[in-house]
Amino acid sequence: MQIQTLKFVKKAPPPWSTGSISTAVGLIYIVSADWSRADYWGMIKSRVSAFRMNYSVPPGLYAVGDPTNDSDVLVTANYKLSFDTLRRELKGLSAWILVLDTKSINVWCAAGKGTFGTEELIKRISDTRLDAVVGHRRIILPQLGAIGVNASIVQKKTGFRVSFGPVDARDIRAYIEAKYKKTPEMSWVRFTILDRVILTPLEINPAMKKFPLFAAGVLFLFGLQPSGILFAKAWYDGMPFLFLGLISVLAGAFLTPALLPFIPFRSFAIKGWIMGMLPVFLVTRVFNTIDRHDTILLIVAYLLFPALSSYIALQFTGATTFTGMSGVKKELKIGLPIYIGTAGVSLVLMIVYKLKEWGVV
Amino acid sequence: MKYLANVTTLQYASDKCTGCGRCIEVCPQGVFVMHEKRAAVTDRDLCMECGACAMNCEFGAISVDSGVGCATAIINGMLTGSAPSCDCGDAEGSSCCS
Repeated sequence: MQIQTLKFVKKAPPPWSTGSISTAVGLIYIVSADWSRADYWGMIKSRVSAFRMNYSVPPGLYAVGDPTNDSDVLVTANYKLSFDTLRRELKGLSAWILVLDTKSINVWCAAGKGTFGTEELIKRISDTRLDAVVGHRRIILPQLGAIGVNASIVQKKTGFRVSFGPVDARDIRAYIEAKYKKTPEMSWVRFTILDRVILTPLEINPAMKKFPLFAAGVLFLFGLQPSGILFAKAWYDGMPFLFLGLISVLAGAFLTPALLPFIPFRSFAIKGWIMGMLPVFLVTRVFNTIDRHDTILLIVAYLLFPALSSYIALQFTGATTFTGMSGVKKELKIGLPIYIGTAGVSLVLMIVYKLKEWGVV
Repeated sequence: MKYLANVTTLQYASDKCTGCGRCIEVCPQGVFVMHEKRAAVTDRDLCMECGACAMNCEFGAISVDSGVGCATAIINGMLTGSAPSCDCGDAEGSSCCS
């Protein structure tokens, strides 16, 4: 353990460190409570892309301010955005930060997986020799870590008594000042429109990755002739469907999450279906983009696109703060057969449409 | 915001409760409150089955079938025949771990 600490300190200090502090177990990095430009840029990149998968800090013990052996110990994940969010809230305070190895995943998700867990916390307390750094025996965990950490086992194994602090790092100062008492609000997860919109790129991106495949299918179907593929026709006839496909992605992956509490019904599948139905209605009735007499195409549009939006909206259950597994299972049990059926019926109708167009039936 | 009604697997046996208050400390949905020195359930439909209460109730008063409430994870679980897991290894698909 000593060797590990030495090896660690020999390396160049991380950019977010402002120096080091001498303790009973050797030098420990002091971290800055300010964000650099690189920290902001890292936050943006991790919000929109897979960059976050490797956005981490080395696990271990850090100092913020000028902590003593009686200062609080705050535990967090080694996802850098979790770590950054915490240190930013500690400006002017002196404390220890214990970073667990959560494989660069945030507290909540890591706790769900068990990497922000009882075992890792016990191991990290012992590896960093926390008992020699501080004289007291209390540690503060983010509340959402409670999903993975059994406080009584930690206390039995390490002697440290776990307090589950606020959900949100921005309440940590008030929590400490209130002598480690939480208001009920500090215990609840918030899910504001901003929280939801921030999460939407991660819904839009994967859906858009599959969009070229959908577009190719649509253009192929509309352009296909007994004599070959007519590109002009593919483009002209396929355009409304391409447009509706794009709008459905936005309806399911952006509008539904953003307007979540204002859309009727609790089911995400129904919310997404409603949001997908609106643009189909507008495109076909108001703008009259699809020939109103083309009954088959109209039916396909009304079947397919709301279902697509509904399916995409259902994916957002993974990002919310209030949906449980039993509910999502129930939605899928009812929804999946409907989605598969809808896709099947739509395909058959499109084939009928083509056969009619070619004068076969 | 509340999710579907009457689906949660949360079970609470108040006779085992000692009133330590851990469940109130860990529940992110405000499902528990202290009532006459024991925990009481406010609204079961608020429960998101995260499992923090059951994990931290030393007296075995709470049980809940916890897991990720994520459609992608559950579909993956159905396809591979395993328990739903937010496998973020391949990063791009799911938002479970954002």
